[in-house]
Amino acid sequence: MANALHPAAVRDPAWLGRVFWTCAALALLFPALVACEFKPWVLFTPDNLRVTGRFITDFFPPKVDAEFLALVARETWRTVAIATAGIALALALAIPLTLLSTAALSVSALSGRMGMLPFALRQAIRVLLIVLRSVPELVWALVFVRVVGLGPTAGVLAIALTYAGMLGKVYGEILESGDAHATTALLRNGSSRLQAFLYGLLPQNAAELTSYTVYRWECAIRSSAVLGFVGAGGLGQQMDLSMKMFEGAEVATMLIVFMLLVWLADAVSSQLRRVLG
Amino acid sequence: MASGMAVALDALMARHPAASREAPPALKPLSLAVAAGEQVAVIGPSGAGKTTLLHALACALRPSGGALRLDDRDPWALPTRSLQSLRGELFLAPQVPPLPPRQRVITAVLAARLPRQSLLEALRSLILPTGIGAAHAALARFDLGEKLWERVDRISGGERQRVGLARALVSPGRLWLVDEPLSALDPARAAGAIATLTSAARERGITLVATLHQVEVALASFPRIVGLRNGELAFDLPAAEVSRERLARLYAQHEHELAAWTAEPDAASSAGAQPVPLCFR
Amino acid sequence: MNPGTPAGRDPQAALPAGAQPSLVPPPRPAWSLRCAPCAIALGAAVLGVASFATLDLQWARFFSADAMGRMARFLGELLHPSTDPKFLWRLMVSSLETLAMSGVGTLLAAFLGLLLAVPASRAHAKARAPWREPARLLLNALRSIPELVWAALLLISAGLGPLAGTLALALHTTGVLGRLFAEAIENAPPGPAFALRAHGVGSARVFLYATLPQVLPQLLSYTLYRWENNIRAAAVLGVVGAGGLGQMLAFHMGLFQMRETSSVLIAMMLLVALVDLGSYLMRRVLGR
Repeated sequence: MANALHPAAVRDPAWLGRVFWTCAALALLFPALVACEFKPWVLFTPDNLRVTGRFITDFFPPKVDAEFLALVARETWRTVAIATAGIALALALAIPLTLLSTAALSVSALSGRMGMLPFALRQAIRVLLIVLRSVPELVWALVFVRVVGLGPTAGVLAIALTYAGMLGKVYGEILESGDAHATTALLRNGSSRLQAFLYGLLPQNAAELTSYTVYRWECAIRSSAVLGFVGAGGLGQQMDLSMKMFEGAEVATMLIVFMLLVWLADAVSSQLRRVLG
Repeated sequence: MASGMAVALDALMARHPAASREAPPALKPLSLAVAAGEQVAVIGPSGAGKTTLLHALACALRPSGGALRLDDRDPWALPTRSLQSLRGELFLAPQVPPLPPRQRVITAVLAARLPRQSLLEALRSLILPTGIGAAHAALARFDLGEKLWERVDRISGGERQRVGLARALVSPGRLWLVDEPLSALDPARAAGAIATLTSAARERGITLVATLHQVEVALASFPRIVGLRNGELAFDLPAAEVSRERLARLYAQHEHELAAWTAEPDAASSAGAQPVPLCFR
Repeated sequence: MNPGTPAGRDPQAALPAGAQPSLVPPPRPAWSLRCAPCAIALGAAVLGVASFATLDLQWARFFSADAMGRMARFLGELLHPSTDPKFLWRLMVSSLETLAMSGVGTLLAAFLGLLLAVPASRAHAKARAPWREPARLLLNALRSIPELVWAALLLISAGLGPLAGTLALALHTTGVLGRLFAEAIENAPPGPAFALRAHGVGSARVFLYATLPQVLPQLLSYTLYRWENNIRAAAVLGVVGAGGLGQMLAFHMGLFQMRETSSVLIAMMLLVALVDLGSYLMRRVLGR
């Protein structure tokens, strides 16, 4: 009979597995919810509602008097400046480290395996880059605020260190992923590593390297605003102050300015990356 | 059992949705009537407007002129809700089987039942399939019973195409519109699949319109043949009256599409006796 | 060639009258404002110089003997992490809290993101999608405010503790994931959805049976990537008082207890590595 049910067909073979994984997920989710004190209803207790309500109603209208706007403008520029200076220092750190660590410029690797000493040096630099980027910039900022005091210096240093780690790693990946033929040919013909980089590797990867740097600059602007919350200057520090004073109107203005800044940086960065191809 | 849907085209014109307004319509004024329960094969060279015709019949493409009548109703004059429920009575099987790769075969087949299911029933069927028996029976008719629980991306292209056809068997459609159902099948499978499709349609009295690239299969399996060329009706005849000259005229300048199948006229009917050069699209 | 001369721009003008045009094309000027990379480089340089000039950077203080000494002491103490069992127990509790914050926040965000991605995407080329722009605006707004700022805002209504951190992660990540999800949904192959729509199936059922099964692996992999990101964010959110390891870090660093700080930093790195590994394994399993 054509319509007879195949014995294997009566029951969904995936059913037991689905039940098991659902139960497992719930069993994991419950302690997780407990651990992060997930009680969203506390947001709606009368006390909290009153505080939130007052704070939010303060948002409208945002504070727009000239003096305050001038302050916000100055702090916004500082945020951008901290990000830019941080990226500049990060570049100053990342470029030499990348040049030292990239296997694409290894002379000893031309004739088979890389020598022991160069290999050890490259690995050491890689470890340094990993350490630099695996400590969050906020932690660096906390450290530097303790060392040099409140202000933009801590922010610039924090961004410089973390982003040097990120840029160094990705630069290395970009340089090693491309076609190495041009570079090895130059090295084989006896040009120095720097010459091989300038004439072989750099022209080949310049667009990709720049567009990644621009993208990181955009990220650094967001970071630098956040770093203000631990006292590293800029828009974040002002926002933190206003929040602590429950000045809803000031917070609203700065949030709007911050969003505009992020959108602007996003637009500039994507436009630049489009131009660079 | 549902009875078939009657179809009438009166000087229907249609344009490919991607085509510009100035481009000539893919279907020039075309008149055609298909009675309830009838089985029609549409043949013609590539670019003749076969797929556009099926899309127009499926109410997936709004005609740019003329009238379409399904069971004596003009679908485009109906309110949206009625049009949607009318669409539920049509079943269009596109040439590339529209199956999400990581879905299981059973879910892909049961998706054809969605027009009759509420959102809640549909959700429940995603968690634990309802209608395993019907899906298995439909697949079994296409020799795919054991693929019921397999994932769509783990079966072959030919099997996927037959899963797409098995969908028709579980759908509530009363008019099956099948676009090139055999393009990924070897001749033996092709003959079996088309036999299954036509006999299933006949059992239920469903109207079947299929476009076919394989002229011999069309002549052997369908009582009525419609020839399309350049969006115009070339002929509309019982299969027995389609002569070799007519076919030659229909496929003029596209002989290679015909040659693969007429080179060995018996190939398709004596299914799978020997390998035959295949015409893939 | 001097790039400033007109010869650099107009090769014909440089040729003496009647001379045969040379087969060697004149070099393109190496420097001109009209070449985009040059203009960008100039702009970047100006921005960089202006940044350093206007910031009151205290290099003198940073490089002073005092600061250097303090840095050296910090680093020295960082090399000797605290291993006091009582402290390690608290550290583990905080680590689990951070892990839970990142997990619950990401899960919540995936759910809300999907909920917002559906109106924020066009189901098919001709769909009107009236909610697309408003939903995208909302997603962009959620996304453009960083987790830490959300956390600082939420502290006002949720109070100190991990709840504010979890919700902050969820809000920011909803914006990020919602946008990615919407892109994925719009880029899904249209065939299966078309077939079901032609069959008169409503849009919710089309989404469940045709679009979602096609994009689900991509959505899961985006979510896992975001989880990796969120564990890093969750680790530092506590700095503003939103629970987890960050709160311990801020506390011990504030008291200059560098040995405890060092243990917290090590716990953070282990946690990040653990989540990266977990996410990698899950993606491998799902990729099959």
